[in-house]
Amino acid sequence: MKGFVDPGSVSTESVQILKPDGTLVPDHGFDIDLKEEDLREIYRVMILTRRVDQESTNLQRQGELGVYTPVLGQEGAQVGAAYALEPQDWIFPSYRELGFAMLRGVQPSHILHLFRGTWHGGLFDYREHRIAPYAVPIATQCLHAVGFATGAKIDGANTVVIACFGDGATSEGDFHEACNFAGVWKTPVVFFCQNNHYAISVPLSKQTAAPTIAVKALGYGFPGVRVDGNDVLASYVVTREAVRRARRGEGPTLIEAVTYRRGPHSTADDPTRYRTNEELKQWEALDPIARFEKYLEGEGVLTPEFKEQADAEGKEAAAKLRREIVGAGPLDPNLLFEHVYAERSPILEAQFEDFKRDQEDR
Amino acid sequence: MPTITLAQGLNEALRYCMQRDDRVVVLGEDVGTAGGVFRITDKLQQEFGEQRVIDTPLAESGIIGTGIGLAIYGFKPVCEMQFDGFTYPAFEQLTSHLAKYRSRTMGKLPLSVVVRIPYGGGIGAVEHHSESLEAYFTHTAGLKVVTPSTPSDAFALLVDAIDDPDPVIFLEPKRRYWIREDVELPVANGDRRKARIVREGTDVTILTYGPSVRTVEDAAEEAAKDGVACEVIDLRWLNPLDIDTIMASVRKTGRAVVVTEAPVTGSFSAELAARIAEDDFLSLNAPVIRVGGYDIPYPPAKVEDLYLPDLDRVLDAVDKVLNY
Repeated sequence: MKGFVDPGSVSTESVQILKPDGTLVPDHGFDIDLKEEDLREIYRVMILTRRVDQESTNLQRQGELGVYTPVLGQEGAQVGAAYALEPQDWIFPSYRELGFAMLRGVQPSHILHLFRGTWHGGLFDYREHRIAPYAVPIATQCLHAVGFATGAKIDGANTVVIACFGDGATSEGDFHEACNFAGVWKTPVVFFCQNNHYAISVPLSKQTAAPTIAVKALGYGFPGVRVDGNDVLASYVVTREAVRRARRGEGPTLIEAVTYRRGPHSTADDPTRYRTNEELKQWEALDPIARFEKYLEGEGVLTPEFKEQADAEGKEAAAKLRREIVGAGPLDPNLLFEHVYAERSPILEAQFEDFKRDQEDR
Repeated sequence: MPTITLAQGLNEALRYCMQRDDRVVVLGEDVGTAGGVFRITDKLQQEFGEQRVIDTPLAESGIIGTGIGLAIYGFKPVCEMQFDGFTYPAFEQLTSHLAKYRSRTMGKLPLSVVVRIPYGGGIGAVEHHSESLEAYFTHTAGLKVVTPSTPSDAFALLVDAIDDPDPVIFLEPKRRYWIREDVELPVANGDRRKARIVREGTDVTILTYGPSVRTVEDAAEEAAKDGVACEVIDLRWLNPLDIDTIMASVRKTGRAVVVTEAPVTGSFSAELAARIAEDDFLSLNAPVIRVGGYDIPYPPAKVEDLYLPDLDRVLDAVDKVLNY
């Protein structure tokens, strides 16, 4: 009807660089500016992420972690996007962003202590790695990312911020508010949505009636792009373009990386209740690491020696994680009273004295 | 000496802090061009520009959430919630993030953020514009809560809140925005972290804060005519609470009344009553009596006077503790 915009006219195509068989999509239209060492580095971090992720799930199954949120299947989306950032750029993660953290060199146990129940924000140095603490409340970190990026803009800093979240987060008000603020303020931020198809058990079809998540960007006045999230090179190039736009002062971009969470939402979840084995098999066949490996081997970039080396490094990181987590005791309980405020009030001080006395009495 | 209103005291405090420190930024709805619906940010945007006095889209969670991001970056944001009742959309950002960030990051990412909220009733407003929401925030570890009752305190306490390294919920008694005082600015903070003894007395301690201070002062004046000496204490900071001043007064008078606009059940006045009883039960000659809002939704403007503690209700409570 005249004057009505039809959502059916929206393209649901995804940007793809590598076909599932690991060959290049002809005329994909992007400049792949990665040297051989870049490609190997991306591969190394993907392997590292997978190994550490697997070990984290194992540690949870063995009772060493209270819970864990596996990233299995999403390594391509994450490592590709992370590789598109400059070192000074900041990452505002949800609770399933191991690939980003591995690229930034965060010590795995420093993240996993969050899941062990050692300390809520993990134990890593946020400023050193330019990664904010994991955010558990959904989509809330999108606003922090926009605020941080606004600070960078006011300051005239050459910093771009990436906000990471899932498909379920796009239903939250904070996602909307973050996109709206960023659109109005032309904030140097990239909204990186990993559409992994499920928010715990609820499929995307029950999350939104929009034809894609990427199209939501239009409502905020900035571009959106859908990308094959199991294609690490595609994730890299679209994020690179979004980061460049942001750095040029052209404002935000919404990226929808279409991927699949092959594990449970968390180790407390049973995905067999809401999805079929056939569906899982289909996505296993689209594994991001296998695809990238085929491409690299086809290009002669991945030697058996490097593959072995990456694998050994992954195994060593997993073993180190295990050593650091297994049996790690709780922190000094007095720390609970240390950082609530810069200084304790007299009332809190009195409670602290009671607390310490109670500890001694035990 | 110039006469200023409480609203002007706040406006001058913001100007003073922004002149001193270019990391101080103001954000909220209508704070820029309009200068805020109560004009608390009047002319700040003209003076400091659109980058430091930011008109946000109409979204409270967005204001607090982006304020948090600005603070992580290194700015000192002063966020305005336009009215008390519109703070609730930001509740998650306030309680789950603003309050917890210092602790969850083990002190690595403290958030020095001030959230200004015009609060309380008495201005004949429509629904959702007259709420007393202090208990939500005094109940939340990691937040500080303060409320001024005079123009000089408005200036000094807001400067102190902006200087504070922790998040501060700054509650502005909106029906007292227009009260006046002769003040030479800038006012030094001095001992304003302590409660203010508004009036000394020996018979009964009346604890109050924010908009109710004026009401209680009038009641104490009236009681004095009957020979009853009320000691009136304006708490200023609800957290951190100056418990020493409170207890010294209660030990002196042996009787305490708490006056607030907030509904009494689960309120900060309940906290005060409990704390006095816990700290020194034997100093009391009577139970602590609370005068506050009833446990009903804030009433429509035509009948709000029946809800707000007034002189008679305060005096009744004073009689009650004296004649216990």
